[in-house]
Amino acid sequence: MAGSTALPVTPTRAMLREAGLIALVVFGLSFSLVGFKIEDVPGGLAILTRFDGVFFATALAFLGRIGLIMLREQRALPVALTALPTAALVLLLQLFSGDLDPERSYPFRSGVVNWSLFAVALALGLRALWLTWHHGGSLSNRDARDAAMDRVGAKVQHAARFLGPALLGFAIVLPFLPFADRRLLDIAILVVTYIMLGWGLNIVVGLAGLLDLGYVAFYAVGAYSYALLAQYFDLGFWTCLPLAGILAAFAGILLGFPVLRLRGDYLAIVTLGFGEIIRVILLNWYTFTGGPDGISGIPRPTFFGLELTKRATDGETFHQFFGLTYSPMDRIIFLFYLILALALVTNLFTLRIRKLPIGRAWEALREDEIACRSLGMNPRNTKLTAFSIGAMFGGFGGSFFATRQGFISPESFTFIESAVILAIVVLGGMGSQIGVVFAAILLIGLPEFFRELQQYRMLAFGLAMVTIMVWRPSGLLAHREPTLRLHPKPGQENTS
Amino acid sequence: MSAVMAQAPSTALLTVEHLTMQFGGLIAIGDVSFEAFPREITAVIGPNGAGKTTLFNCLTGFYKPTVGRLTLRHPTRGDFLLERMEGYDIPEHAGVARTFQNIRLFPQMSVLENLIIAQHNKLMRASGFTFAGLLGLPVYRNAEKQAVELAKYWLDHINLTERADWNAGNLPYGDQRRLEIARAMCTEPALLCLDEPAAGLNPKESAELNQLLTYIRDQHGIGLLLIEHDMSVVMGISDHIVVLDYGRKISDGTPEFIRNDPAVIRAYLGEEGDDA
Repeated sequence: MAGSTALPVTPTRAMLREAGLIALVVFGLSFSLVGFKIEDVPGGLAILTRFDGVFFATALAFLGRIGLIMLREQRALPVALTALPTAALVLLLQLFSGDLDPERSYPFRSGVVNWSLFAVALALGLRALWLTWHHGGSLSNRDARDAAMDRVGAKVQHAARFLGPALLGFAIVLPFLPFADRRLLDIAILVVTYIMLGWGLNIVVGLAGLLDLGYVAFYAVGAYSYALLAQYFDLGFWTCLPLAGILAAFAGILLGFPVLRLRGDYLAIVTLGFGEIIRVILLNWYTFTGGPDGISGIPRPTFFGLELTKRATDGETFHQFFGLTYSPMDRIIFLFYLILALALVTNLFTLRIRKLPIGRAWEALREDEIACRSLGMNPRNTKLTAFSIGAMFGGFGGSFFATRQGFISPESFTFIESAVILAIVVLGGMGSQIGVVFAAILLIGLPEFFRELQQYRMLAFGLAMVTIMVWRPSGLLAHREPTLRLHPKPGQENTS
Repeated sequence: MSAVMAQAPSTALLTVEHLTMQFGGLIAIGDVSFEAFPREITAVIGPNGAGKTTLFNCLTGFYKPTVGRLTLRHPTRGDFLLERMEGYDIPEHAGVARTFQNIRLFPQMSVLENLIIAQHNKLMRASGFTFAGLLGLPVYRNAEKQAVELAKYWLDHINLTERADWNAGNLPYGDQRRLEIARAMCTEPALLCLDEPAAGLNPKESAELNQLLTYIRDQHGIGLLLIEHDMSVVMGISDHIVVLDYGRKISDGTPEFIRNDPAVIRAYLGEEGDDA
């Protein structure tokens, strides 16, 4: 009640001007992006115009901005009264208008536009409704919002004690649930791979604070280490797994020595370059790596020497040994458990090392390098360990990737992979282990399920990143618990 | 005491001889020599830009001096020539710890963690460079317990035991200053260099700081080197004062001597008076 009178009310002219300005920007952007479309017609390409789309986009930006301005000033009721019916109308039209004209969905031509219009109107309306209800609107205050999100982060991290084992239990029984088909398991393997990579990168970015944009290079080193060792020396997966990790760690040290003097953005650019260099080498060293043809026929992992195939090349197979009937799913389930175990090792290692001097040193280095030097810490060695250990887990992940795919080529190790892994870490909240899990499910799992919306995937990706940067720059679930306490945490004196 | 020193070089903790630091054409410090003794608080004063912080940066390895010799006689580990050492080796081996003019804590880490990180090298060795620590061997657990005991000791002396689990960045300013001193003490130094520890403190906090510094001097027997503008701190607790102006030493002696030295009054005290 006090909130609504305390805020100055923008005069109508200023409001119209602000909304008009936004509409102008949207007009400028959409005129060329939406207004023209090149289409393949018989006899060549034709430019089609879609000025109705431009008009609607501009009008929507204008009205939406007015809504936002009014929300800012706590005049929420009219916004709620407009936005909610709009959302309902759009929803109804979209759902039931298909019968009228199959060529066209209403009110706009594209279903995606209709759905996003519905989502935005709904969000605006609900927000307005919330504001009418609560008056104060403390969430518009940045600090209060950050504090609130930090409390959520703390709660989730506290819950992670139960949530973590629960998620793990779910992951363990997942392959035997009735709805677990091949597609779901494939997606699950992919998600867990990215969780593992996220945890590995979290050591470098989240703990040590070194912005690494070339993490995929170590992934590639791991994958190619295994593939090449298998090809040239005929070694098996279990021999190559530690070797791949060591080689990747070594690559991390090699890269680290010259570049770790750099900080922040500069380090990011150099690591980005390193990632590309590795890929280009793999692409061009044709005699050794097979170049763009890649390496195929990479051996599958064995279960204590038992192959998971229908017929063994030598000795017994898994199903013969255990007297089971052969199912092609066995191999997928085995791969799932394999990556789950690798991810768990990564997680346990990180949780443990955080509480050791080296882990604390990484975090201290992230906070203040100069103070670290003044306390007698060798910053270069400390950074190198973070870099090489992070790289090692990347290498493990890479050799798993190689054995799962059976075929690798440089195409799998492009910059976008680094960006996705980094996005998982940043979105989850730097240093937050459980945050990485949620972010990986959000960024990898959901897009895999909604492959039909493929062309909007990067759009949603970008939108999510921008939202995070604006609302919660430290990541969704960023909340740090001290690695050791002098006093028990308030409210849990009984638990050790 | 006269302005001439070096009567008994063997007892000095730190001997600075002909220290010169040049940045291009700018001489930040020109031919400065002085000594600091154990169980003494040596204050370095001078107007802004006199080269005090540069002196500290030379001592703690952040800068390599252009000319000069910096000898530290550690009571148990022998002599060290600081100008030849890597920056991060100086706190570890020669036992020189420092604080910063604009506080440099680890703000997102807890107060206790700040003090534990100060004991990094000791704990790293105890954790067998992480391998023994990963296995959870008792040798590391004991070392960590001892490190926490040392941290507790200093927390008691800076009155932060209650707030040991707070994030260091959330502490009030005065507590942050004292925490930074405690953190430096956790490295178990022979010489503690404090860069304006009283800056931004109110008179009550200043008095507490004086107590803490005299306690460190008397109970731990180490030498303190202090840059300070707050004359109540400088005159109240220092045993020995070195005055710099435009990178040159203009006076050196007891507080009494400095207070009456016309050169100092002209350069510094006379203009600013006894500001508190």
